[in-house]
Amino acid sequence: MRRQRPAWAWAVLVAASLVVACAGDDDPSDETAVEATITVFAAASLTDAFTELATDFEADNPGVTVELNFAASSALREQILAGAPADVYAAANTSNMDQVVDGGAVEETPQVFVSNALEIAVPAGNPAGVSGLADFEREELLIGLCAEEVPCGQFGREALAAAGVAPAPDTNEPDVRSLLTKVAEGELDAGIVYRTDVLAEDGVEGIVVPDDQNVVADYPIAALADADEPAGAAEFVDFVLGADGQDILTAYGFDGA
Amino acid sequence: MRRDRGRVRAPLALLPPAALAVGLVALPLAALLQRTPWTGLGELLGEPVVADALRLSLVTASLATVVSVLLGVPLAWVLARVEFPGRSVLRAVVTLPMVLPPVVGGAALLFALGRRGLVGRPLEDATGILLPFSTAGVVLANTFVAMPFLVITVEAALRSVDRRYEDAAATLGGGRLTVFRRVTVPLVAPSVLAGAVLCWARALGEFGATVTFAGNLQGRTQTMPLAVFLALESDRDAAIALSLVLVAVSLVVLVGLRDRWLPATS
Repeated sequence: MRRQRPAWAWAVLVAASLVVACAGDDDPSDETAVEATITVFAAASLTDAFTELATDFEADNPGVTVELNFAASSALREQILAGAPADVYAAANTSNMDQVVDGGAVEETPQVFVSNALEIAVPAGNPAGVSGLADFEREELLIGLCAEEVPCGQFGREALAAAGVAPAPDTNEPDVRSLLTKVAEGELDAGIVYRTDVLAEDGVEGIVVPDDQNVVADYPIAALADADEPAGAAEFVDFVLGADGQDILTAYGFDGA
Repeated sequence: MRRDRGRVRAPLALLPPAALAVGLVALPLAALLQRTPWTGLGELLGEPVVADALRLSLVTASLATVVSVLLGVPLAWVLARVEFPGRSVLRAVVTLPMVLPPVVGGAALLFALGRRGLVGRPLEDATGILLPFSTAGVVLANTFVAMPFLVITVEAALRSVDRRYEDAAATLGGGRLTVFRRVTVPLVAPSVLAGAVLCWARALGEFGATVTFAGNLQGRTQTMPLAVFLALESDRDAAIALSLVLVAVSLVVLVGLRDRWLPATS
């Protein structure tokens, strides 16, 4: 991906951030009374965990509102690189974060805050009798994967390759949630998702992928260089990496950093 | 019966908002052109995934338009001409897809016609036909979203038609179906065509209902908007190039159709 942001776009961006910077009358040292909105762009697989995290963070920091924007990590990356007003970016893989760093939108070193293993999701009751990755070759099943453009699609294909399976997917879903929903509705017989997704969705059962076939995704987080609320962004990142944040994340099935 | 309207002068107050409207639509399109990677465009567009998606988009949008005309014109006639209790509710229901978020529409289609759906399950049991993840599913999703555009266009036309022509035909002994076929349809033909064009254009750009109901598989269900969305995930240049193809094809068809089929009004 070669980014080509023309000079005028930079000028607009700089002007906009100056206006925002001047308009803000809050003193970062005065943390208790500050009214602030922190905008967090987080991978779709973090939806439930980050929603709870944000609620706890708001309770700990009166006056602070956390706005969450969930989408595929790659879609968020594009939005951030196009200048979307975000303060924190939490991605479901390192390559999307690396591209944001390369694009200059993150100046600090991103930190891995959790990891997430893959699992096979099947509808409750496992009607097709799926037992492992080998079933992804069965033509008579309706099989779903994430599109290879998104992390769960890359990892899923890596796992299938490690298992020596050539899959015959009936759909390559644009993100992991839409794949999970279709499995939960029974429209698909099996799909490869993250372990956390299986825990989060009542309508599906998980089938463990053995360690020698599994691929573990590292989730990096970073405050953005253009953050409107740099202090709040840094605090939110610390909260995610801290004991309270990690407790919430592991409760949702993530492996702590 | 073309009149010379060349000398009509617009009230000056209309010009600024009209210019603003043009800017609103044209500016993003111009920005798209400005970002287009002209070098290497041919190579990008030569990829099989593009040809597959373009072919599938044109086929499914056209089929959805045919289905919409076959079902939508009779529906428009019923809404315009038949008095019955609950007509306004029915009209609201059949135009609902215009305001429903397409993703919700796609989910609703799954609940109705999916493998475990209200109609989908008996349908599969009886015939083995499975609509989700099939090209027919794409046509269905397109029709669901786009048909209302045809229905409201044709209904408005039917309401403004001078009923005396139909009455005269009936007086002269024409049966109800004959009057509909030989008098009503020709009278509203331009509006049917305009509605069909709207419907086709909406179907061509359809994304949410399609991906939710029919999924995404190259050659079977991956239409241009889906290909663009996924290309955006990994390669923005490819996404822009694909969008440009969609824009160009739509422009050619819409401008071509208008000049050829619709009465010129300039």
